[in-house]
Amino acid sequence: MPQPIRLKDHEKDARQVRSRVFIGMAVIAFLSCLLVARMYYLQVMQYDYHSTLSENNRVHVQPIPPTRGLIYDRNGVILADNRPSFSLTVTRERAGDWKKTLDTVVEVLGLQPEDKELFEKRMRQGRRPFEPVPILFELTEDQIARIAVNQFRLPGIDVAAQLVRHYPLGEHFAHSVGYVGRINEQELKKLDPVNYSGTHHIGKTGIERFYESELHGQVGYEEVETNARGRVLRVLNRTDPKPGKDIVLTLDANLQAAAEKALGGRRGAIVAIQPRTGEVLAMVSQPSYNPNLFVAGISFKDYAELRDSIDRPLYNRVLRGLYPPGSTIKPVVALSGLDAGVVTPSTRVFDPGYYQLPNYDHKYRNWNHSGDGWVDLETAIMRSNDTYFYDLAHKIGIDRLHDYLNRFGIGQRVSLDMFEEASGLMPSREWKRVTRRQVWFPGETLILGIGQGYMQTTPLQLAQATSLIASHGKWIRPHLAKTIENQPPVDSNPMPDILLKDPANWDRITQGMEAVVHAPRGTAHKMGATAAYRIAGKSGTAQVVAIRQNERYNSAALKERHRDHALFVGFAPADNPQIAISVMVENGESGSGVAAPVLKEVADAWLLDENGKLKAEYAKPVVAESTKP
Amino acid sequence: MNSNFDRTIPEGDVMRRRSTLLQRMHIDGPLLLILLMLGAVGLFVLYSASGKSWDLVIKQGTSFGLGLVAMIVIAQFEPRFMARWVPLGYLIGVALLVVVDVMGHNAMGATRWINIPGVIRFQPSEFMKLLMPMMVAWYLSKRSLPPSFKHIVVSLITIGIPFVLILDQPDLGTAMLILASGGFVLFVGGMQWRWLIGAVAAAAPVAVAMWFFVMHDYQKRRVLTFLDPEMDPLGSGWNIIQSKAAIGSGGVFGKGWLLGTQSHLDFLPESHTDFIIAVLGEEFGMVGVCLLLCLYLLLIGRGLTITIQAQTLFGKLLAGSVTMTFFVYVFINIGMVSGLLPVVGVPLPFISYGGTSVVTLLCGFGVLMAIHTHRKWIAQS
Repeated sequence: MPQPIRLKDHEKDARQVRSRVFIGMAVIAFLSCLLVARMYYLQVMQYDYHSTLSENNRVHVQPIPPTRGLIYDRNGVILADNRPSFSLTVTRERAGDWKKTLDTVVEVLGLQPEDKELFEKRMRQGRRPFEPVPILFELTEDQIARIAVNQFRLPGIDVAAQLVRHYPLGEHFAHSVGYVGRINEQELKKLDPVNYSGTHHIGKTGIERFYESELHGQVGYEEVETNARGRVLRVLNRTDPKPGKDIVLTLDANLQAAAEKALGGRRGAIVAIQPRTGEVLAMVSQPSYNPNLFVAGISFKDYAELRDSIDRPLYNRVLRGLYPPGSTIKPVVALSGLDAGVVTPSTRVFDPGYYQLPNYDHKYRNWNHSGDGWVDLETAIMRSNDTYFYDLAHKIGIDRLHDYLNRFGIGQRVSLDMFEEASGLMPSREWKRVTRRQVWFPGETLILGIGQGYMQTTPLQLAQATSLIASHGKWIRPHLAKTIENQPPVDSNPMPDILLKDPANWDRITQGMEAVVHAPRGTAHKMGATAAYRIAGKSGTAQVVAIRQNERYNSAALKERHRDHALFVGFAPADNPQIAISVMVENGESGSGVAAPVLKEVADAWLLDENGKLKAEYAKPVVAESTKP
Repeated sequence: MNSNFDRTIPEGDVMRRRSTLLQRMHIDGPLLLILLMLGAVGLFVLYSASGKSWDLVIKQGTSFGLGLVAMIVIAQFEPRFMARWVPLGYLIGVALLVVVDVMGHNAMGATRWINIPGVIRFQPSEFMKLLMPMMVAWYLSKRSLPPSFKHIVVSLITIGIPFVLILDQPDLGTAMLILASGGFVLFVGGMQWRWLIGAVAAAAPVAVAMWFFVMHDYQKRRVLTFLDPEMDPLGSGWNIIQSKAAIGSGGVFGKGWLLGTQSHLDFLPESHTDFIIAVLGEEFGMVGVCLLLCLYLLLIGRGLTITIQAQTLFGKLLAGSVTMTFFVYVFINIGMVSGLLPVVGVPLPFISYGGTSVVTLLCGFGVLMAIHTHRKWIAQS
């Protein structure tokens, strides 16, 4: 039982507390007087000032939006600029009965009743009192004139000039640069309301989205005095906005155009990376769309058309397209096998046309059913021999295979600055246990060896894996921004470089990939025959399994879409890599037949001069280069 | 021993001394009267500040009613009963604060709430507002006054833990109130002046460290805005400029109920929550503000009377702290809206819209009533 307070202290404690309470009372009285004094100061001494402020002339603070940073390609070709545009704004506080005013606007401009609903929706997004809300964009000269003539009937309605984003090259860079659009309700909640107080657009995707904070800049403001009817009488004070930063991209508009031409109107994706720097030189996802449609607000009909098109133009195949890599993964698997020590370059496997696991009946077939006989590593890559890679994958085992492929970026986001990149999938025992509640079967490791099964990669990941082989494992995340206001982007989460136990294995794999293109029995030797320089490449096909159940209903249209996707990866020149490319042609069927020529055309555009000769600076460097680890 | 003893007081004796219904319900008449008046004024002003929204007025009225019920329930407990459970309550409160902090970090943002969907949703920091002074009062009441250096250090640690946790949420306003409520117990308990001054002096370097390591950008901005409202006239500075204009344009007698132009033209953000005094100042002028201040001072005067008349040390310390903290609410809120203090997000008691704050405050006055009305039982023993 706690002892109650000791009696001898009781009186003293009470006195102590009483004296402190009196002190407290004095302080409270003093502070209360302070508050009253403050009120007296504001309400009596400064009454005239505040009352004038509030009754007669109103001082408003108007935000001045900053100019959005421009976006250039690596040669200074402008990809996103700002154009002056006129929009119609309403200031609700000045408009009186604003719904009636909107009716008048609709009548004067000869618009439809639906437009009024749209106006009202946009009005509801108004934020600050006395802030003009834009309701109609891209006014024509005729519309501006009509508004001017009827101005007396339109209180609170103004024509405002502002800078609006424009993409001069339109659909060619829609998938890399992205676009801006009007700020929606959700974004509004997350934004800094001060910095965006004068801004109506925000980056929605691509570079515009990823570098939104750099591109946007810092808001400025001006204090203006307005009369009781809301007209600005004079500007009292002005702080200029700080414009957004300009961004120079690594993309090359010429190469981009050449790559699109090489794809020849087919659906597909192309990524070209400079292995030494990680700079993305071209990024094509076809078909594309016109980003300018989104800036002023795309109409519902246009949007539905884009969204529902069977060609899926809004779909970024480079970053979001997930395909089994097929045989294009074989060089990486071969490297893993060499580095894990399960094979040597001279290890041979007999191919009777199929592979069988010990104690299993199932036959895993080579694409060449008659078999290639005894094959070693280089031959296996050159011939894309499935049997060899079944055996190799089996020897490496799923755990090591998963680790190695992970280090090459398979199953992870590889880019530095690309919005909404898909991470793809590199399966593992753990993954299968968690997602499927099943153990890992040995057969599943085999088909991973030829890039089938659960594995899913994006064209960007394939390009990066190829670029890693070209750069001998030097990891630089592929990036689109070359400089942001003259500062290169910084990778806050770099990937560790790939160090092989025997660095000579890089060259062995490169030799195998060169044989694919240049050896007489190589799968892509037809393409190699016309090349002005050495290419190291690998073909592949990705099976299409989706939408098969619909086949019966629309066979004419769908059959073509059931064909395999054609893949080809490669870098060139093989002895001095300047460009690493991955090509995916949707339903192209043959990697070596369809995708390989596309790759060569892109590489030609980058490497050859106007006479069809390899540019001097890309020729094989002098000996010093090859001593690098 | 003592509680059994209390119940043995003859029936007639008790009835004679607590004859009225209010006394039997352990309600202090003057306190209740002033609280009801404040509540009525609050709803009256809220109706105007919310743009004639009956919806908000009814919600606020309901919260006030709930708060009164909570107050009366709390008044039934004996202060010594409370003292027995305070340490446990304090530990639970701190644990909940830790949970909120961890959850907040996981959600990559600030959170002040514990939310069990469909069951309950509350802010542990609100509990702490009452538990903090109770805890320090409980600790000090077991020691002789004035507190020795060791006891002061222990008390400061007791205050410091929830303070830092709430600061981290981040909620500067509540953290300051909790710091104040604990500090007032020490003050009323007769902490020596030299240590009082020493603690304040030590707070200066701590504040500098907080600025660099603890405070979030928006809090820094608020302080900077206070120092120079013109610096950020689109953001937080806007509120101050507009609220000063609203109060100032009210003059001596105000523009009249529902006639304030600043607030009704939407010039004044948050006009029905933290900045509601600006509406009162605009519509009822200096007279209105002074009358409201008088009501507050009456309430505080009653609270301090209860402090002096309390017969246990625990009761004295607790009542003194609760009352003085209440004044801090009033002072900080009116000070910040009129541009004397930085904007820290403290509501105006009983006037600002917000159910949680009303209920917590009324619970505090429930404690005062408990201290006052259970007094006579012991007095006669």
